[in-house]
Amino acid sequence: MKVLMLGWEFPPRIAGGLGVACYGLVKGLTHHGINVTFVMPLRSGQEPTNTYRLLGANEIDIPADYTRTTTFWKQVRFYGVETYLGPYLEQLERPTLTFHAAPEPVSETTSGTLRLFFSGKYGKDLLEEVYRYAYAVSFLAQKEEFDIIHAHDWLTYLGGIALKRLTGKPLVVHIHATEYDRSGENPNPIIRDIEAQGFAEADLIIAVSFYTRAIVVEKYGIPPEKVWAIHNAVLPKDRQPITRPRRRRKVVTFLGRVTYQKGPEYFVEAAARLAPKVPEAHFVVAGTGDKLRAIIQRVAELRLGSRFSFTGFLPPTEVENLFDLSDVYVMPSVSEPFGISALEALRAGVPVIVSKQSGVAEVLRYAPKVDFWDVDRLADLIYGVIKYPAITSFFRKFAQDELAQLQWEKSSNRVIEAYKTLHL
Amino acid sequence: MRHICLYFQVHQPFRLRIYRFFDIEESHDYYHELNNRVLMQRIARKCYLPMNTLLKKLITKHTPKRFSVAFSISGMALEQMQLYAPEVLESFQDLHATGGVELIGETYAHSLASLKSEAEFRRQVALHTETLKKLFSAQPTTFRNTELVFFDKLAQWVSDMGYTAILAEGTDTLLGWRSPNYLYTSTAAPKLRVLLRNYQFSDDIAFRFSNQAWPEWPLTADKFAVWLNQLPENEILVNLFMDYETFGEHQWPETGIFEFFEAWVDKMLQNRDVRYVTPQVVMADHEPVGEVEAPKPLSWADSERDLTAWLGNDMQQDAFESLYALEPLIQKLPIQKYPDLHRDWLRLQTSDHFYYMCTKFFSDGDVHKYFNPYDNPYEAYVTYMNVLSDFRQRVETALTKAE
Repeated sequence: MKVLMLGWEFPPRIAGGLGVACYGLVKGLTHHGINVTFVMPLRSGQEPTNTYRLLGANEIDIPADYTRTTTFWKQVRFYGVETYLGPYLEQLERPTLTFHAAPEPVSETTSGTLRLFFSGKYGKDLLEEVYRYAYAVSFLAQKEEFDIIHAHDWLTYLGGIALKRLTGKPLVVHIHATEYDRSGENPNPIIRDIEAQGFAEADLIIAVSFYTRAIVVEKYGIPPEKVWAIHNAVLPKDRQPITRPRRRRKVVTFLGRVTYQKGPEYFVEAAARLAPKVPEAHFVVAGTGDKLRAIIQRVAELRLGSRFSFTGFLPPTEVENLFDLSDVYVMPSVSEPFGISALEALRAGVPVIVSKQSGVAEVLRYAPKVDFWDVDRLADLIYGVIKYPAITSFFRKFAQDELAQLQWEKSSNRVIEAYKTLHL
Repeated sequence: MRHICLYFQVHQPFRLRIYRFFDIEESHDYYHELNNRVLMQRIARKCYLPMNTLLKKLITKHTPKRFSVAFSISGMALEQMQLYAPEVLESFQDLHATGGVELIGETYAHSLASLKSEAEFRRQVALHTETLKKLFSAQPTTFRNTELVFFDKLAQWVSDMGYTAILAEGTDTLLGWRSPNYLYTSTAAPKLRVLLRNYQFSDDIAFRFSNQAWPEWPLTADKFAVWLNQLPENEILVNLFMDYETFGEHQWPETGIFEFFEAWVDKMLQNRDVRYVTPQVVMADHEPVGEVEAPKPLSWADSERDLTAWLGNDMQQDAFESLYALEPLIQKLPIQKYPDLHRDWLRLQTSDHFYYMCTKFFSDGDVHKYFNPYDNPYEAYVTYMNVLSDFRQRVETALTKAE
């Protein structure tokens, strides 16, 4: 079975859980003998090499007479409006964006074909890049052999739809996060439409949790039988956690984009309740996002600056360093389709507290869970984990057992089962 | 007769390096060694050394005692001179030896301790005096507080410590309808003379000199001399207080600031009735004409002349309060046994750290951005608080051991 997989992130070029999950899934599928070609905007050249194939959209050759092939565009809906892509922006500013219709090729190969430019980042021209990506991958229809198209998140759905229409091959769309998770009840209409279109045209949808499956069904009106919930997993750690020196300081960690979706303000409010009672607690906010300044302001207002650290965005190796220093990992997400970083924390031996509004809560039966808005309860749980070592060791032991069950080989087996229902 | 009192502030903070969360409890090295070194050496080359040479020339030329100046050199600046540019310290010692310089006392750390702790304030003033004795064999009797922060209680402490004069900003709040061009005393400490900065004339040199948008640009020596000579005859004292870095650093040599200064002094001194004097001479030669009262602290900064540049927002207040919460702990640790902790305690109190966290970007932002090592006030705050976290850990560990 050959799968043409469309994705936006792949390690080491990752911004969050999406790239980590794609990597795990590709490895798992390959393990079961599935032939995978993974197409991303551009390769960094530092990706781990393996039995799967990686391809950058910037390496896809477009025939010089490409203008004649633009019939594709007639089939995909077009947006020429100004919009703003808040949750994805790396900058704190919020510039607006204008989308122009025809992607301009930027380079010509020796054989006379053309190639498009990709930044691979979530910049302010993200939507343009999404369209360019769809356009570029549509040229794989004639060149590549595959049985299934598998597209990850809205960023690649248009490409998946184009390929399906051009080849008639079945389309699987994977949903790691919906626009409702990122933006609450005010979704960006363009992104929401692309998602809805992807769900409608897909032959099968894979959601990363039952939580997310419910959103797909309820918010997008998709028949439930079309949506599979297949949980993410975590790769075995490739490095031992360091032996923790006994420190008096207890580090309580928030890690993730500092955005509405991740609920950083609930973390701060819980910290405000704990700080006076637990002088040894130190709170870390690792990540960046459009709420960072407001969060720093709030911490200053609470006069808690000496109890907080803000690390900014951390690359994967530093995330591991942070876990080594952490005594408890808190994920107070307002809406978290899965939350793979909670598994990464557990893998590093850090006890986790997750919000009930997260997919990962479905697989971590023993981890303490809390409604994201219930900051008193959250403070209470953090207090318990810090103060009562017995709780920690209990959670740790059972969580490790659960973690052992969460293997990508298992998750990919479920994905293969799903593929098989497509009657190839 | 007309007296012009020139006082220059010499100060450089120990700027912090980008001290991250991961450094807490791992590294106790807080300072941007390279930046501090390079800046001190650059300012030495562009300002301290050439301006000292010029002042020495003017002191020697206009004898007897017709040209003298006052300096306040913070402990932080003195330390960095010793570390990075010993020739600058020698140059100041040499200048002081001419007899044409009065050295003024301040808080060693160029801190805002007076706003938080009388005890810490007194300790730092004593430490600064001790340092001036050691390095210059000088005993200061005039005082200036960091950023010219002035209030009634402070006047009492300073008078109580044996100082006879203090410098303050000639704000309208303090003076009302009155002119800064006289000697005053403090209502709260009647024995203490108060010299008030003439901000109009001081800022003509310090801020506006090279501003081409200023209608009076270019400011020439003749023009400035005329302005001063046009003052009513009975206004016999003009206090010009400014950062020493004005010469060659804030105002680049290319603006002609050095030539201007020399020509202006020469021009003024053509009039035999004019003298450039230091605060102690003002004290001896003038009688106070009135009292000033400051129930609330005033400073020389920005248009408000208050403390909002240092303690105006939550980040600044949080940092400031967190810092001084450590004072009782620090004071339990003897300095002989914990010299490093006491050194960092002082360096972290320097007012610049709080200035970098200022969010008043829109009105006075230009000045605030100068020498600011951070991209934004949030970064300044986060870095400072990380350092403070580590520092607090060290203090607590030392205390546990000591007990």
